Amino acid sequence: MTQPQTLIIEPGLADRTYWRDLWRYRELFYVLAWRDISVRYKQTIIGLAWALLRPFLTMVVFTVVFGKLAKLPTEGAAPYALMVFAGLLPWQFFSTALSESSNSLIGNANLISKVYFPRLIVPAAAVVVSFVDFLISFSILLGLFLWYQFLPGWQILTLPLFVVMAFLASLGPGLWITALNVKYRDFRYIIPFIVQVGLYLSPVGFSSSVVPEAWRLLYSLNPVVGVIDGFRWAILGGDSTLYIPGFLLSWGLIIFFLWLGIRQFRGMEKSFADLI
Amino acid sequence: MPAITVENLSKSYLVGHNAAQAERYTALRDVLARSARTLARKTRDMFQGRAIVQGDEVEEFWALKDVSFEVERGETLGIIGRNGAGKSTLLKVLSRITEPTKGRITIQGRVASLLEVGTGFHPELTGRENIFLNGAILGMTRAEIRRKFDEIVAFAEVETFLDTPVKRYSSGMYVRLAFAVAAHLEPEILVVDEVLAVGDANFQKKCLGKMGDVASEGRTVLFVSHNMAALLKICTRAILVRDGLLIDDGATGDVVKTYIEMGREKRGEVVWEEVSTAPGNTIIRLHAVRLVSEGRVTDEIDIQHDIRVEVEFWNLKPGAHISTSIHLLDRMGSGVLATANMHSANLIRDDWFGRPHPVGLYRSACILPGNFLNEGAYSINVIVQTDLTTTEARVDEVLTFMVHDTGAMRREYTGHWLGVVRPKLAWQTQLLPSVTQEVSA
Repeated sequence: MTQPQTLIIEPGLADRTYWRDLWRYRELFYVLAWRDISVRYKQTIIGLAWALLRPFLTMVVFTVVFGKLAKLPTEGAAPYALMVFAGLLPWQFFSTALSESSNSLIGNANLISKVYFPRLIVPAAAVVVSFVDFLISFSILLGLFLWYQFLPGWQILTLPLFVVMAFLASLGPGLWITALNVKYRDFRYIIPFIVQVGLYLSPVGFSSSVVPEAWRLLYSLNPVVGVIDGFRWAILGGDSTLYIPGFLLSWGLIIFFLWLGIRQFRGMEKSFADLI
Repeated sequence: MPAITVENLSKSYLVGHNAAQAERYTALRDVLARSARTLARKTRDMFQGRAIVQGDEVEEFWALKDVSFEVERGETLGIIGRNGAGKSTLLKVLSRITEPTKGRITIQGRVASLLEVGTGFHPELTGRENIFLNGAILGMTRAEIRRKFDEIVAFAEVETFLDTPVKRYSSGMYVRLAFAVAAHLEPEILVVDEVLAVGDANFQKKCLGKMGDVASEGRTVLFVSHNMAALLKICTRAILVRDGLLIDDGATGDVVKTYIEMGREKRGEVVWEEVSTAPGNTIIRLHAVRLVSEGRVTDEIDIQHDIRVEVEFWNLKPGAHISTSIHLLDRMGSGVLATANMHSANLIRDDWFGRPHPVGLYRSACILPGNFLNEGAYSINVIVQTDLTTTEARVDEVLTFMVHDTGAMRREYTGHWLGVVRPKLAWQTQLLPSVTQEVSA
């Protein structure tokens, strides 16, 4: 046997082995995500199709309502549907990641109370599940490119950066809320409300250039705005311009929420099994 | 260097109590006042970052109190105790699932815990998929699982059903599969909690065998079980936990004996010296329950002699209206009789019944007459109530005793008397004057 490591358990002692444990349990990220995805598609025939149908139909509705009826402007020369979808893609990733991770701890209560592993894995795995949905929806985007015969510019290569941005944007608040949700179950009701309102508050159905210049910076306090603008810039290329101050503000907020989320989560982690 | 060192480990939980049930007369004013107090407390707790506990009053419950022991590398330690003694809490703290309130634990080596069989099993996934899922949750890498896959399947004996969702499995198969995965972990320290409670004899034998193998490989094993035979088989040493305290530590045989003796209490009497640990609550605390027959405290009773059942308790609330009652149960646990010291159920008169009791130590005693109960084993439940409705202290099966037939009613008939009771009744026969009828042959 290899030389065993010494572990000390004491109330209040900072867990020096935590990040090492996180690496040792890295496969659990994948396994938990795989479990949720397998189970979701186990019972259905149309399951996979639903992952495609939902964003597609939402895009159609938004194009008709915001583009045709309200006649809001698109960005540059890009087709309205494409612009909507470029915003819908990150929004769906963000909103499902946030909803799923907020409830992840409570949903896995049986694991939390019976097995040890770094609890950070649970909400992170929930975000991974949303990411898989994102990849499936991405295929619709490719379909749209073909339909509109739209060739994306070099900016499309920066898309992974914005994907990471969306990932972090949902992880931060997700961690914060899921930790608090264990103690104060009220948060369970706040999330659906935020997601519903956020869909219209965020520039999903319309372009953020619609917002008057004076209010643009304030509008960017919503971190999703920066993410969506980034996605649009990457996908639509030259047709979309990136509002730099707002973009930087979004990054700042994302990092702040990530720090807040991790801090809250780690602080409460030791009491999860007692409260859940 | 011992594998596990536990020093002064204590763990407390906050337990909420609802005052509503305890009060007989509830005025709206009281309800509102209580709700306001509870809301204020919850808000204060929230701002101070403490846990929100449901209920009107919060009590601190110590699940573990100052527990200290050491486990050497390669040792198999059994952990024994009644339900609620604190064994599972101890394992949870050792497994890092919950944090200790006080004290310190030092562990050398990786710990793998099996606190529940089939943790993380998802009913929709197949056996094969669940092996990977459960293995990953318990800390195995996928490569490790793949390497041991065939062994696990062979141990579980579920080859044919590997690709069926586990929701279709019988409970036996489920448990076998769950244990098979956990049994193939290779930690330095293995912690197992009462998982043998489920499963048939064959399964238990297999599990014990596997745990024995693990122990013989030089790994440390901590094993909680109620199965004394299993403990004696594989544990070299054992500790006894009672109400959060470690009360015995030594060779398995000795500790098991202490545990069984503990179940029997002292012959004929149970005494709680400390008010704080005695059964009861803030109003009544039991001090002692004892059986007296032929002038001695005993649990072996001669059938023809009276048994005086004495219940001693502390009354902590001035002016309480207290009543004492006992239930008598037979060997099977069926009720034989219930009796209490209320006036209408009393052969004599108990002056304290119905009177407000000042604070103090009391003894309520009743007499079970001789030549009443049949021979056999009996047990007693003791209940002390206030206002005839609220149970303040109750201990079920606090004492057991044996009634022995010594021959007082056996001069003529030596066989077994039917029934739970065997009283001496008044019998009288007389010749009736016959008039016209004659018995024809």
